[in-house]
Amino acid sequence: MAEKLQLELVTPYRKVLTEEVDMVTASGVLGEFTVLPGHAAFLTSLKIGELVYSKDGKINHLALNWGYFEVADDRITILVETAERADEIDLERARAALGRAEEALRKLSREDRDFIVYEAALQRALIRVQVASRAAR
Amino acid sequence: MASLKNIRKRINSVKSTRQITKAMKMVAAAKLRRAQENVLAARPYAQKLTEVLQRLSGSGGQSDNPLLQKEKSERALLIVISSDRGLCGGFNANICKAAEGFIRENTSRYSEITVLTIGRKGHEYLRRRATIRKNYSNILSTLNYQEAALIGQELIEGYMADEYDEVFLLYNAFRSVMSQDITLKRLLPIEAPKGTEDEFLMEAIYEPSKEELLTELFPKHIEVQVFHAMLESVASEHGARMTAMDSASKNATEMIGKLTLQYNRARQAAITTELMEIISGAESIKA
Repeated sequence: MAEKLQLELVTPYRKVLTEEVDMVTASGVLGEFTVLPGHAAFLTSLKIGELVYSKDGKINHLALNWGYFEVADDRITILVETAERADEIDLERARAALGRAEEALRKLSREDRDFIVYEAALQRALIRVQVASRAAR
Repeated sequence: MASLKNIRKRINSVKSTRQITKAMKMVAAAKLRRAQENVLAARPYAQKLTEVLQRLSGSGGQSDNPLLQKEKSERALLIVISSDRGLCGGFNANICKAAEGFIRENTSRYSEITVLTIGRKGHEYLRRRATIRKNYSNILSTLNYQEAALIGQELIEGYMADEYDEVFLLYNAFRSVMSQDITLKRLLPIEAPKGTEDEFLMEAIYEPSKEELLTELFPKHIEVQVFHAMLESVASEHGARMTAMDSASKNATEMIGKLTLQYNRARQAAITTELMEIISGAESIKA
């Protein structure tokens, strides 16, 4: 049986993906997980992280920013605020953002109000760099 | 009888006005198309989110989330979405009147009604007629989700801090280029989406727990609704402006026609009088 997963990735601006895929890996709040065809119904929230899916043996990477992941009946719906394909990411810019976030974090203490903001920025930048450098390979 | 020169001047001025209204119409048409695309593009997200919400609350365990119900309903907040710029027909006037109407009708129901305006025009009108809590201007032309999310979060914060008990959203929903529907929606407390009970009740795995997911989802729901309303309002604004500018251009063309006729008549009359003078002059010499 060559079962497939229906993957749908939606952001407030557009539908990013509608594809038939073989496997999806994402990072949920409780950790990374992989979904294969025939998965039980599952709903989780995602943290800033990487989404990997393989289609016809080809592996694709995306950088996701906070959202929801739902599986039901081999249909996957992902709702995220932003999603960037590996080839859409500007590696230089992501690196610069990473540097800025690190700089800002070094100056702030853990109690500062902005700490969370910059921490999130750091994470986003990290994921972007990670995803982009994978695509470049 | 207006002089020839005066009429010519007026024709020219109407012509240049027509040029401007025509240009504005074209700009509005282009912007409208983009705005329409945005509305369409945002629809799947809102739909999916509602679906997830329905399934979650439908599969039992309606949490006693404060966003779903409040014991009292004394103070209301009305969000009015208008536009930042004018020249779009009755667009802003209609929404402002609707807002005033809402306040008038509900003064007996609530002890206090405050207004939050999005868009400069609505703020300018309502500033003197209602209590404005906050105003957001100049965010509509470069609308993005983050800004809508920020407004949504502020709404929830105020609601949780007991500053108001109910939140309404008043905006122009986009029907077609020609028509906009003024729509009033209650944002908070959230009317729990009807669980789809006849469908299969999914025994799903939830990470983290269902309650935690719901508490995260409800604020999202609010944000998306605000965002969607803003998108629709922007599309309606451009539609309204396009129609208004179209009829303005038509009126200008009509006016030019009338003035040209008048001009030609005046010219004819002037020629006739001149001829008459020459002829009678010649006659008198002959005699």
